[in-house]
Amino acid sequence: MNAFYLVAIGKVPDKVWEWIEDTATEWFPLPVRRLPPLSIPDSAYDGKRKQYQSVEIMKLVAQNAPRDASRVLGVTDVDLSIPMLSFLFGQAQLDGTVAIVSLCRLQQEFYGLPARDDVLRERLTKEVLHEMGHTFGLVHCPEQKCAMSLSTHIGMVDTKSEQYCSRCSLQIAERFASQDGGV
Amino acid sequence: MKKSWPILVVDDEDVMCESMAAWLREDGYRVDTASNGQQAVELAKVADYAICFVDLKMPGGMDGIETMMEIHRVRPDASVIIITAYATVDTAIQAMKEGAQEYIVKPCNPQEISMLVSRILKLKKLQSENAILRKKLTRQYRHHDIITKNPRMEEILALTQEIASLRSTVLIHGESGTGKELVARAVHYSGSRAEKPFIVVSCAALTETLLESELFGYEKGAFTGANGQSKGKFELADGGTLFLDEIGDISPKLQADLLRVLQERRFYRVGGTEEVQVDVRIIAATNKNLAQEVQQGRFREDLYYRLNVIEIRLPALRERREDVPLLAEHFVNRISSELGRDVHGIAPAALRVLIAHDWPGNVRELENVIERAIVTCRNGMLDEQDFSWLQHAGPQQAWEIPDVPLGELERRAIVAALERKHGNVKEASASLGIDRSTLYDKLKRYEIAH
Repeated sequence: MNAFYLVAIGKVPDKVWEWIEDTATEWFPLPVRRLPPLSIPDSAYDGKRKQYQSVEIMKLVAQNAPRDASRVLGVTDVDLSIPMLSFLFGQAQLDGTVAIVSLCRLQQEFYGLPARDDVLRERLTKEVLHEMGHTFGLVHCPEQKCAMSLSTHIGMVDTKSEQYCSRCSLQIAERFASQDGGV
Repeated sequence: MKKSWPILVVDDEDVMCESMAAWLREDGYRVDTASNGQQAVELAKVADYAICFVDLKMPGGMDGIETMMEIHRVRPDASVIIITAYATVDTAIQAMKEGAQEYIVKPCNPQEISMLVSRILKLKKLQSENAILRKKLTRQYRHHDIITKNPRMEEILALTQEIASLRSTVLIHGESGTGKELVARAVHYSGSRAEKPFIVVSCAALTETLLESELFGYEKGAFTGANGQSKGKFELADGGTLFLDEIGDISPKLQADLLRVLQERRFYRVGGTEEVQVDVRIIAATNKNLAQEVQQGRFREDLYYRLNVIEIRLPALRERREDVPLLAEHFVNRISSELGRDVHGIAPAALRVLIAHDWPGNVRELENVIERAIVTCRNGMLDEQDFSWLQHAGPQQAWEIPDVPLGELERRAIVAALERKHGNVKEASASLGIDRSTLYDKLKRYEIAH
């Protein structure tokens, strides 16, 4: 059976993997496996913006995806961006295999506040569900509480819930139920 | 909604194009990319892009502004958003002057782009709905609401098409209820003014002073209560058509003012000192014999000839009895569906009653009669019984008529109708088989308070 792989890009604390594994087990009926961590290539760093190019990191994860990968989720602590946008919480191949999530802007410390694990866990769960949802072909959901709703700032991440709405849940369930669902 | 609005991203850097496209696709949009201006224009020839994000600086070939102009040549409705890393006021102004909808500096906040896209698409959706509604309206007035197989009416319909795109004034004669406004709308919506306003003014419904400010607008302070400047119907109809119903009822002063507007296409707002120029087609209508009004000195001869450039005389319904079954069928279908009643036709005996009736209130009376019959109909078919009251109320009934002048009879009928309808002019006019503006005219003439 194909598996759901998790991979660290750079330094990722151990507690994060437990949280992600819990989320993955709850929502996606796939075995969860860990890959050895990947180092961030220098070419991904944009010195002017002091950020990392999300596209380069996506490429790195895709190149290291095992043959039996249903999905690969990369997790990084660096701040991500693309040329057009000043930052990203994460990125995914729409209806594809690879997704990445950055912890950087999910942490309270980024906003000058004391660190809080409960807040980080909640935000990370939402973003993991969001980016994984894209790999299952889901686009942004108009339902504000749904994990698939668009978040353009941290307040919007905090507004949504740690679950999919019934319509998005159903679409994911249908993907798993179908023979050629790409899983 | 989103999937029907494709977006194009144009940038010479692949990573910029692809990352932006991927981000927009996550939002559900169909996104294409082009690495130069030429490729973008070729794509725009095939796909109707709602939004094109175009990078300002693209080395070799067309730059962003040239690309935008070429895209606009093939897709005038596409909204172009110029992207640049080199933010200068000059380039921003140039891009906006050349027709860019927006100008953004990369990198942008995701929220900024998201709101921009959603705002533009909301506007496109409204514009598209507006165009669909306009088309529907045009179709409705062109084809559906004038129902006839009468040769004279068919000639009139052909004439409305021929004169639709002219600016010449039209004068429509016809008894109340013959469909003068419908014909005026058919002229307007069949011609080049169809996208512009069609404004109706019922001249008989207003006093001279009110009608003057209604037609020409007024300036602040022109009269007590004029708290601000207000545009009149002439200005509101600019580019379109002004339909002056019951034109035979306007005062000598307004006749003179109207003549001046028709001659010069300009006027002053009430209390104003600046001339206002408009491009308005006038269609006037009357149920009076205007030529006779001219002879009797009640209507200016010069205005009559100005208005009567193209004349349309609508026949009364009793002169086109062959249309009664067609119209009755049309009203049954429309009214039963509007009222949610399951009435699907008229029995032949009932049709004979309708054809034999003289219809002094013309098509409007027929419509009211059908509506009343549908409301009281007990099975799915209107039969003779449903119109028995019409026969009894018809001219065959022997009335006891008092020995008074004809005008007095009319006055009494109006007063009685108003009493029956508790002063409701709309209902009273329907029961008298005349339109509201005619009733207002008669109320004025007979000095009946209401």
